[in-house]
Amino acid sequence: MSQLTFARALNAGLRKSLENDPKVILMGEDIGTLGGVFRITDGLQKDFGKHRVVDTPLAESGIIGTAVGLAYRGYRPVCEIQFDGFIYPAFDQIVSQMAKLHYRTMGRVKMPITIRVPFGGGIGSPEHHSESPEAYFTHTSGLRVVSVSNPQDAYTMIQQAIASDDPVLFFEPKRRYHDKGDVDEAKDLAQALSMEKARVVTEGKDVTLVAYGPLVKTAKDAAIAAADEGVAIEVIDLRSLAPIDFPVLEASVRKTGRLVITHEASQSGGLGAEIAASITERCFNYLEASPVRVTGFDVPYPYSKLEMHHLPDLDRILDGVDRTLGRPNSLSGLEG
Amino acid sequence: MLEGAINVLTDEVGPGANSPGGQGNGTTNPLRTGGNLVQLISPAGERINHPEFDVWIKDVSDYQLLSLYEDMVVIRRIDTEATALQRQGELALWPPLLGQEASQIGSVRAIRSDDFIFPSYRESGVAYCRGAELGEIIRPWRGNALYGWDPHRINMATPQIVIGSQTLHATGYAMGIQNDGADIVAFSYLGDGATSEGDVNEAMVFAASYQVPLVFFCQNNHWAISEPVRLQSRVQLADRATGFGIPSMRVDGNDVLAVMAASRIGLDRARKGGGPTFIEAVTYRMGPHTTADDPTRYRDANELEDWAAKDPIVRLKSLLSVKGLLGEEAQASVQAKADSVARELRDACATMPDPAPLDVFNHVYSTPHSWIDHQKDHYSRYLASFGGSSQEGAL
Repeated sequence: MSQLTFARALNAGLRKSLENDPKVILMGEDIGTLGGVFRITDGLQKDFGKHRVVDTPLAESGIIGTAVGLAYRGYRPVCEIQFDGFIYPAFDQIVSQMAKLHYRTMGRVKMPITIRVPFGGGIGSPEHHSESPEAYFTHTSGLRVVSVSNPQDAYTMIQQAIASDDPVLFFEPKRRYHDKGDVDEAKDLAQALSMEKARVVTEGKDVTLVAYGPLVKTAKDAAIAAADEGVAIEVIDLRSLAPIDFPVLEASVRKTGRLVITHEASQSGGLGAEIAASITERCFNYLEASPVRVTGFDVPYPYSKLEMHHLPDLDRILDGVDRTLGRPNSLSGLEG
Repeated sequence: MLEGAINVLTDEVGPGANSPGGQGNGTTNPLRTGGNLVQLISPAGERINHPEFDVWIKDVSDYQLLSLYEDMVVIRRIDTEATALQRQGELALWPPLLGQEASQIGSVRAIRSDDFIFPSYRESGVAYCRGAELGEIIRPWRGNALYGWDPHRINMATPQIVIGSQTLHATGYAMGIQNDGADIVAFSYLGDGATSEGDVNEAMVFAASYQVPLVFFCQNNHWAISEPVRLQSRVQLADRATGFGIPSMRVDGNDVLAVMAASRIGLDRARKGGGPTFIEAVTYRMGPHTTADDPTRYRDANELEDWAAKDPIVRLKSLLSVKGLLGEEAQASVQAKADSVARELRDACATMPDPAPLDVFNHVYSTPHSWIDHQKDHYSRYLASFGGSSQEGAL
């Protein structure tokens, strides 16, 4: 067991995948000589060569489109999209090609491609560097979408994503890159929790709070704060955004009867809506209150001096928790 | 202003086409080989000498020339039959290849069986020569599946409908070949409209930067549905490639020998580590874009007549006849082959099994997926509520 930052844990996971499978190829802008703008691939080109860790031209569709061709050839590409807001030029290759080829060819052609996306805000960046585009991809059949929240998961789940024969969108919370945590590098991948499974990270009996990626830490902090007031929040780290591990959520909601979902992405048409609808369908009779979403607003990602208003924080999450509990909250008197 | 500006391009083929006119005269561009328009068989069926290109087809025997002719007649017959099947309601749609037989046959017959082809959606003739079964060729157009053949069986990807996307796949595949140190080549078909797509331009950047073993084979058939090629480019398409540092050729796409020579040049360069090549095969889409299209709304009948005079099959037939290779018996044999293939195509269509309702859920993922399983289970119960037999098909 060692203490690693999120960034180093990802680096170690990528290294392990490169060592274990000669068909694994890393590709992206600035990932080679520079080691990536966040240094996630630091040192890998030096150790594995320019044909395993490939600096690409500045063309996101080109990165994913050539990865599709490499997958046709039997490779297992791992693409880095430098920032969340730069994934859109690759949208067509992701949605129309990578996601559909297995279905199109009835399984004759596999697309074991992982796309790493540093995502989310909170780092004071200019436009296009703080977005949360995951719902575009969870809405796309053929993709698996995951988001990691801690160094240990970063280390194991990147390897699981790369080993998957399906394409995986891998969302990394860039504002947590420097957070440290225990990482067991000797952990057997087969024994590790599947990347498809949600995890209860804080047990509680009063309210289920679902988060993923950067907000898992915020959610855990909220649970600690609520405990002081005698409210036991059960925090669930979703981990897999598509498919969502509904059985874990259902079990929790059947216990608590209350559901709060939080994400940085805009509210409407987002994952919170999907979770609220599905849980309502699946355990309506157990719900004591309507599900509540605490999310980014339906605005373009704002300028950095306002991002703290856009991003759900501990207090906004607790306000949402109060709503499900019928305790005094910011909307008291407004809703039924 | 714009109208005048885009007329700069001259895109004629045939007599006079070699005269300088418009931009992109190949003689001044060091990356352009062969001159402005390489032609080895004239529209009248005369063999034209071209020392630089002749060496690449000098091994083509009389028998092989006849075989190329048979290929072209057969794929035209496939096209006619498939078009008829669409008119009869047996196919939902069909993209005709009429007029592009020399481009398809000249290229595919130059490609090795272990090379890998990335087609657009119109390369049915290429697929046939590659060994795709006739039922496989029409299956997606009948709506019985999204694909026809197994790409790994015939080393050819499934038809690509998003314009130009396949050029990036071909480039990536070629990057893989390069990593593997294999002596095979990726061969990507595209059309004139595709050259405007970002993906094609990105493919050329990647292919040039990494010097991958790849041939871009652009069939300039002059029309992207209703849009003429001059709307896509102010310069000859072959000159676009040289701007990326990719050597290019511009050949008469209705001349099977010129196409074969150019393809071999590109394939040979790629195989020897010389990087990508771009070939513009200047041809003409004599039919509609698809059976849903009506070209009389956007192009002159005169233009079609001009191109009918440059028909790829007619000119090869003339050449073969002059050489004494196409007597009555040989012609009858070719026709019999074409008719037999057409019958086989019709039979394959009639006997194609329909998919079963629950097949809709199959193969979305390579391993189980809880959402799909959940929906499949529920829809299965829904179907079962009507009674009846199994909803699982063979696919």
